[in-house]
Amino acid sequence: MLTMIGKRLMFAIPSLIGVVIVTFLLTRALPGDPAAYFAGPAATKEAVEQIRKKLGFDKPLVEQFFRYANDLANGDFGTSLTTGQPVATEIRNRLPASAELTLLGLIVSIAIAIPLGVLAATRPGSWIDHLCRVTTTAGVSLPVFFTGLVLVYVFYFRLGWSPAPLGRLDVFYSAPPTVTGFYLIDTLIARDVEAFRSALSQLILPATTLAIFSLAPIARMTRASMLAVLASEFVRTARASGLSPSTVIVTYAFRNAMLPVITTLSMVFSFLLGANVLVEKVFAWPGIGSYAVEALISSDFAPVQGFVLTMAVMYVLLNLVIDILYGVIDPRVRLEG
Amino acid sequence: MTAQPLLDVQNLTVEFTTRRGIVKAVQHVDISVAKGETLAIVGESGSGKSVTSYAVMRILDRAGRIAEGSVMFSGIDVKAATEDQMRDLRGREVSMIFQNPRAALNPIRKVGDQIEDVLRTHVQQAQVADRGEKAIEALEQVKIARPRERYHAYPFELSGGMCQRVVIALALACNPQLLIADEPTTGLDVTTQKAVMDLIVELTRRRAMSTILITHDLGLAAAYCDRVVVMEKGQVVETAKAADIFANPQHPYTRKLMRATPRIGVSLRDLLPEEEGAQQPSTVMAGLDPAIHHPSQDASGSMDPRVKPGGDEVKAGEKPLLLIEKLVKEYPRQGATAVLGKLFGRKPPVEPDVFRAVDGISFSIGHGESVGLVGESGCGKSTTSMMVMRLLDQTSGRIQFDGEEIGSIMPSAFARLPLRSRIQMVFQDPTDSLNPRFTAARAIADPIMQLGDIRGRDSLRARCEELAAMVGLPLNLLDRFPHQLSGGQKARVGIARAIALHPKLVILDEPTAALDVSVQAVVLNLLEDLKQRLGMSYLFVSHDLNVVRLLCDRVIVMRTGRIVEEGSSEKVLSDPQDDYTKELLTAIPHPPLPVH
Repeated sequence: MLTMIGKRLMFAIPSLIGVVIVTFLLTRALPGDPAAYFAGPAATKEAVEQIRKKLGFDKPLVEQFFRYANDLANGDFGTSLTTGQPVATEIRNRLPASAELTLLGLIVSIAIAIPLGVLAATRPGSWIDHLCRVTTTAGVSLPVFFTGLVLVYVFYFRLGWSPAPLGRLDVFYSAPPTVTGFYLIDTLIARDVEAFRSALSQLILPATTLAIFSLAPIARMTRASMLAVLASEFVRTARASGLSPSTVIVTYAFRNAMLPVITTLSMVFSFLLGANVLVEKVFAWPGIGSYAVEALISSDFAPVQGFVLTMAVMYVLLNLVIDILYGVIDPRVRLEG
Repeated sequence: MTAQPLLDVQNLTVEFTTRRGIVKAVQHVDISVAKGETLAIVGESGSGKSVTSYAVMRILDRAGRIAEGSVMFSGIDVKAATEDQMRDLRGREVSMIFQNPRAALNPIRKVGDQIEDVLRTHVQQAQVADRGEKAIEALEQVKIARPRERYHAYPFELSGGMCQRVVIALALACNPQLLIADEPTTGLDVTTQKAVMDLIVELTRRRAMSTILITHDLGLAAAYCDRVVVMEKGQVVETAKAADIFANPQHPYTRKLMRATPRIGVSLRDLLPEEEGAQQPSTVMAGLDPAIHHPSQDASGSMDPRVKPGGDEVKAGEKPLLLIEKLVKEYPRQGATAVLGKLFGRKPPVEPDVFRAVDGISFSIGHGESVGLVGESGCGKSTTSMMVMRLLDQTSGRIQFDGEEIGSIMPSAFARLPLRSRIQMVFQDPTDSLNPRFTAARAIADPIMQLGDIRGRDSLRARCEELAAMVGLPLNLLDRFPHQLSGGQKARVGIARAIALHPKLVILDEPTAALDVSVQAVVLNLLEDLKQRLGMSYLFVSHDLNVVRLLCDRVIVMRTGRIVEEGSSEKVLSDPQDDYTKELLTAIPHPPLPVH
């Protein structure tokens, strides 16, 4: 098992190097002159030139790259030009916000989608099958910012049930001491129930928005793969042996059906993590998605590079987790490890 | 009937709701099984034999339902029983063994756990403690070596025959009264088939169980069953004692089935239904150029593959079409290959880290000759054919085709050479070997478009129609897609595609294994006719010795990558020298007596 993990991590190194090179080149190819932006509209030519020199833009590209790579190796992701903060710190602060939101959204979505898909597959043509179809169609066809806005409109503006969509915590509460970076967990560790409640109520709407969106692929995949497995011969054998429906569905069908669902889950998760920019925007969520987009708009390349690199590392880790999960479920995969 | 039968099916009709309305898969079927009796239900695909057994267990698909009739199992009305009652019955009173044992087991659950699942469902609470022991005992009873280890094996780690033993253990774990075996040995090697069938018979006899054997193989039914029910298109056409039905078949369909079954002492033409067979004179062996026939007879006696002796006997102009010398294919023994090697290789490997799939074989095929390559799965016969086709590169050895050395050509380059058009292949599964998005005409035209010299839509079409006529495919079917064709029609498309470029050698990889016997009879005759007309040579890869006997002039028996016996079909199959060949031959279930 450990050797497999080690091997997988080794395989990831070339792709990470590739990501470093590509992001470096891409950000250099971006339109706009960061030095001019940084110097401000009133700056003189000399001032811009000076800043350029200070940032190292006057050096050849190769030298810039090696300097960048050297910094990376020392854990220095550069400094954001707009905020003046080190990128590494900013990402460290913002990543838990995105991760907490995405994870909660995904958990909600799994909690709804998998039972829905299983029920729809075991009762094809029933009302629950139709419900599954309608929900998934609605889920994919409604853009996230729209669902988010509708939820805010209904639950905050009309009904007043949820707090203002202004970040992770109500203004009256102070952030809990950072342990995991997840407010839900940190507040509990600090035994601050009020703050926990506040963090949760802030999370509910954006997490629901994400859940509605990610529900569709998970439910669809669960339904499809359950249907395929239920029609398979070993399920027929299990039924012909008189096993109870719950054993047949859970032990025989569900575990086998989970394999493609896990693949879908990993795709949905990685997609959500980076691409929930719109949700973060709507709910003023201080996550890395909005951070990266803001940096991109202002040609602030260090945060963009940092973001892409972080995402690449996340993908690698995520894929590793998925591979391990596969091995746990499917003995055939273990063999090749 | 003296006693109450264990299973009594009266006037059973099963309907399926499909998009095109209601289909009656089984109509007015009466079947009864007495205690301790072994009954065979024989029929070709679509005859409703499996559906009947599913109805008995009430495990029909959602779309299917028992529309009429009654099913009584030891006093219980199966049609009226609740689902709970049925579940209690299944596995405990009635069990089922399925075709394709590997797919019938949960791929990600240990086989021991799967047996325990059944025990847990049906055995009383008091015995919970020794469930593991009982599962091991069940594995022991189906003669699985080292049952304690196998308990922890996953299905993919076991061979097909081993998986079928596990399925049998699963079915018999709770001592049921009735065992339904649905094509239990289809897809298994003949020696494995014999072992599995003997095991089933032994276990059921010992427990005084009743058995229903569902099969398409009359020989199997004759060898193992007391009584035979013949089904056609959802109806029972004949029921009789096994001995009687083969001696004196009453229904024309039974006679047709029996005629079509390859067996000792008949020629290819005898397989066809009487009317058709009469039209074509028995020209199977006649009309062959004696010069072509000669070498094969020469080879019949000697075990030595005709590599060198061909030199002085066959003169320059009569070089063999295909000459294979000391062909070897090795695979690194690791991962899945190692597992397969462990399962199939009965002797310990010579070298620890390579697996020799083909171990230095030499043989030749003359012009217009058909050679059968026979052996069980894992013996290297398919690997050999793949190397001749240049789909695989050999480790060492020479392959000479039509005077040219093709062994040195890279597999990737071979596909584009003009030479490629002279070797063609017909594959085992007529469905999977056709592109589902190509019409029949497009599939036939495919090799012509790749390598042929016919250009232009009209002439291409004309050639396709010509080929279709040659293989007996109705022209109006040319624009259909594979899923709109029957198995036999698809086989014809596959053959038409193979002969489209006037090949000199056609490799037939079990071309009829997936077909019903009556269709197989027609396809085999078609292959023989085409060979005569077009002067092709065949390399016929098969595990069915009876079929090889009919189609091939010469036969090569392979085992674990080596040739164990070689000679004329008649000689090898009627007077085998090697022990392994003898074993193969005795494992074939005795086919029914000749009809005449």
